[in-house]
Amino acid sequence: MTARLLAGIADGAGLREHERRYGPVPGRRPRRLIDIVEAAGLTGRGGAGFPAGRKMRSVAARPGRKAVVANGAEGEPASRKDRLLLSRLPHLVLDGITLAAAAVGADEAYLCVHGTESALLRRLDHAVAERQAAGLDPVPIQITGIPARYVSSEQSSIVQYLNGGPGKPTFSPPRPHERGVNGKPTLVHNVETLAHLAMIARHGDRWFRATGLPSAPGSMLVTVSGAVTRPGVYEIAMGTTAGEVIMRAGGPAERLQALLVGGYFGAWLPVETAWPVPMTHAGLKAAGGALGAGIVIAFPAAACPIAETARVVRYLAEESAMQCGPCRFGLPALADALASLAFSGDWGPCADDVAALIPLVERRGACRHPDGAAQLGRSLFTAFPADVHWHRWQGACDGVRRPPLLPLPGDEEREWDWG
Amino acid sequence: MRVTLRVNPIACTGHGMCAELLPEIIELDRWGYPVLVSPAVPRPLLEHARRAAQACPTLALLIEEKAGKHR
Repeated sequence: MTARLLAGIADGAGLREHERRYGPVPGRRPRRLIDIVEAAGLTGRGGAGFPAGRKMRSVAARPGRKAVVANGAEGEPASRKDRLLLSRLPHLVLDGITLAAAAVGADEAYLCVHGTESALLRRLDHAVAERQAAGLDPVPIQITGIPARYVSSEQSSIVQYLNGGPGKPTFSPPRPHERGVNGKPTLVHNVETLAHLAMIARHGDRWFRATGLPSAPGSMLVTVSGAVTRPGVYEIAMGTTAGEVIMRAGGPAERLQALLVGGYFGAWLPVETAWPVPMTHAGLKAAGGALGAGIVIAFPAAACPIAETARVVRYLAEESAMQCGPCRFGLPALADALASLAFSGDWGPCADDVAALIPLVERRGACRHPDGAAQLGRSLFTAFPADVHWHRWQGACDGVRRPPLLPLPGDEEREWDWG
Repeated sequence: MRVTLRVNPIACTGHGMCAELLPEIIELDRWGYPVLVSPAVPRPLLEHARRAAQACPTLALLIEEKAGKHR
């Protein structure tokens, strides 16, 4: 398919280049835009895949003024798509915010990114100033830095932070669409979702559906990394197979044993299982995985998935908000058990302990943070039964000597505060 | 009326009173946090469930009543 969102990626990030490439934003009656988004079948591109139009309709239907939050705080270490959009095509996202604000009846609009990314914050402030000078955004868009913590980009965390609290998840109800920023019903959309919305407003629902599958229309951004020759962000038609995605990224750089799809909220899939799977929420779910925010990591045969998972779960444990007991105590215990299994082999009943800990953390937090770690851990057993068996009885494999492959932020890049 | 239990995991600090007062439905995990064997409260246990919710020092055990037939 030809690029849609990324069509103007080489043009420069200014407002003039943006309008020349994508055309001006058409004026549409607010309710009509929600109808078109629903007819287009756009789903959220932040990971959960909820129908975007339905979310907008439920916010719009509530009484009073609303708020709109664009979530550009890309917490997944292996995802780069939101940063790419915001740094190279900021006006597409800003168009989407203004359209969404008009559609739901908002009088406040925020674009949230990690507060540590000062260069990006400056660029976005500049883009907003360009638009202000052109009189484009009736509701001013406030660029806001939020804590660069994994769970701070969860929607209830963002709402709590914007309301003056810490950037940590809250217990629901109320959910943001009921009571969010300043008590207003709040629409929280991922920035890629809003960029698609800006395209749908220009070209309509039938244009959107002309690519992708009838059940999963449109295009999506994917971030491909690991053992591929050209890692990076690609725009694909929804339903493209995972194998085709790897080939778009230049193909395997060495022999692969698995794909990790969906990032650290996703699941390991053996490469032969994953290769023909369509990149849709339903397709990956049926294969035992998750699409998440479109992250694909090609994992080489010579690396150890247990050692890599142990590192990631350790990171997730450190990123816990430490609010809920099962997450606070369960994730470090899971990380310890995985590390024992990876590096010490049959020193203890650690494989059994990993299996026992997973149900003890899953669905027991206020947010879904522990569920992601649990799903990743569980998929080790289904994707790599031979590796688990080897580690249980023989000890560490040769793969544990390889340098870490799954991307994690270095300690110096990480934020330890909550705002 | 269908009555179910829910734990607010942020408020819960693992005192464990609930498991003592409602062992039929609530067990404690290895760290002392409640695990609901089943969230639905059968009618004979309703009074015990209310007592357990009232006894929670952090008010983390919630009783939710939804319209619908009680089991």
